Amino acid sequence: MNFSAIKVIYRAEMMRAINTLFQTLASPVISTSLYFIVFGSAIGSRIQTIDGISYGLFIVPGLTMLTILTQSISNASFGIFFPKFNGTIYEILIAPLSFFEALIGYVGAAATKAFVIGCVILLTANLFVDLEIQHPIWMMTFLVLTCISFSLFGFIIGLWADSFEKLQIVPILVITPLVFLGGSFYSISMLPPFWQTVSLFNPVVYLVSGFRWSFFEVSDVNVWTSLSMIFVFLAICLTIVSLMFKTGYKLKD
Amino acid sequence: MDSIISIKRLTKVYDNGFQALKGVDLEIERGEILALLGPNGAGKTTLISAVAGIVSATSGTVTVDGHDNVKHYRKARQLIGLVPQELTLSSFETVWNTVRFTRGLYTGKKNDAYLEQLLKDLSLWDKKDNQLRMLSGGMKRRVLIAKALSHAPKVLFLDEPTAGVDVELRKDMWRMISKLRESGVTIILTTHYIEEAEDIADRIGVISGGEILLIEDKTELMQKLGKKQLIIELKEPANEVPASLVGLDVELSAAGTSLTYTYDAAADATGITKLLNLLSETQLQLKDLKTTQSSLEDIFVNLVQKGSKQKPLSEA
Repeated sequence: MNFSAIKVIYRAEMMRAINTLFQTLASPVISTSLYFIVFGSAIGSRIQTIDGISYGLFIVPGLTMLTILTQSISNASFGIFFPKFNGTIYEILIAPLSFFEALIGYVGAAATKAFVIGCVILLTANLFVDLEIQHPIWMMTFLVLTCISFSLFGFIIGLWADSFEKLQIVPILVITPLVFLGGSFYSISMLPPFWQTVSLFNPVVYLVSGFRWSFFEVSDVNVWTSLSMIFVFLAICLTIVSLMFKTGYKLKD
Repeated sequence: MDSIISIKRLTKVYDNGFQALKGVDLEIERGEILALLGPNGAGKTTLISAVAGIVSATSGTVTVDGHDNVKHYRKARQLIGLVPQELTLSSFETVWNTVRFTRGLYTGKKNDAYLEQLLKDLSLWDKKDNQLRMLSGGMKRRVLIAKALSHAPKVLFLDEPTAGVDVELRKDMWRMISKLRESGVTIILTTHYIEEAEDIADRIGVISGGEILLIEDKTELMQKLGKKQLIIELKEPANEVPASLVGLDVELSAAGTSLTYTYDAAADATGITKLLNLLSETQLQLKDLKTTQSSLEDIFVNLVQKGSKQKPLSEA
């Protein structure tokens, strides 16, 4: 195992975020604050409680998920897309390291960044609402697993994309709708029965529901189902990545 | 022969069906400078990419110091440094960080003293904290070389190292390549500047259409394929080649002011004495004599033209 290579890739990726620390942290903090002002305070004050939880509090897990999903994907996809775009990927290809080691470096860094941002959002949220976490270990488990699996997903997108348009299209056309329709801002039970059934095909529903359960012990689906779904998603991403590894997909001619 | 890289029946067919390498066999000797000459699209870059691991070969094998470059890629790659053709660098990194990054990909052993010396040798030390985007093209090329040497490889591939580089830097680079060779590094460079190959290479390979047309010791090649010409300038223009010289390989220039005799410099009898004797019997007044030797460029152009018309001459 080439630990040195993993370390330098991880560190180089982290340095990119640290050099632009202000942007890295300011944008999630500002957008979260805006969501709280609009949905939590302005609109939320006119919405009745959901499952006994005030609306401002109810949206905290969903908002956190919304941001870490998009951050994981954009960090990881950009991290691998950019060396492909400017050609510096040749260094990684000729170095004595396996695809898997490169993956740990890139995905590890993307997941770390998303995790830190997730924590910053929860701290910001705590300024607006009185946050209580019923199951901290579950909460951390969901957070870490989501960061890792969606960073993997982002890595796949970054490998697949051969233009900036493609890099953006999956997050915009797939992830954003899935997150908005995934119960981030409402409970699935508020939907008509037909749409409730449709929602069960949305993987984000399971993430948000499980994550929310770790805070308030209320959920749309069973927490174990949520956990299994994350593992299923993780397994799918790992399978795709290892297929890409075997074929040298989009990296090697 | 003690070869450090051994390439056997290497082929590469790209997804679009283009066959970039058609069964290349090549032994690269330890410690030599090998120049791979070829026109654009000949397969030079594909060949070194397949050895380094950027391109997966369709069939055939490559071993680097006995290590298969697919099965034992870690050991094989540890020995190789590659300077790519394009100036591919990330803009916002500093010189020092990018060189350390590359070294880190190969080894966990830090050796800042070695890297410092490397940057000094490449006249980059005073630029070590500069961002890469601030550097000139020539400086960027040096950074790529520093990166390729950061893990002290045994074999260095230079893909068109002097393309778009000014004369001074080119000379600098040649000096550096010679120095590296003295320290025992095997160097393979691709180029389409003939003079580069002529000046610094020990052996020359000509590649065209994905095949090695020829691989030879440089001096032998030039002796074998090079022709010499004796040019005789005349005081008064002549109308035709004097009758006594017909039958020898003599041509009259268009203006009639010079005669050109082509001969084989390596042959026992060059025919020069006979020519001069015959000349003195004619009424021609000689103004000057000079000899020229065909350059590698002539040899190369000849070979590539032949190669595109017929099957290759031979394989090494």
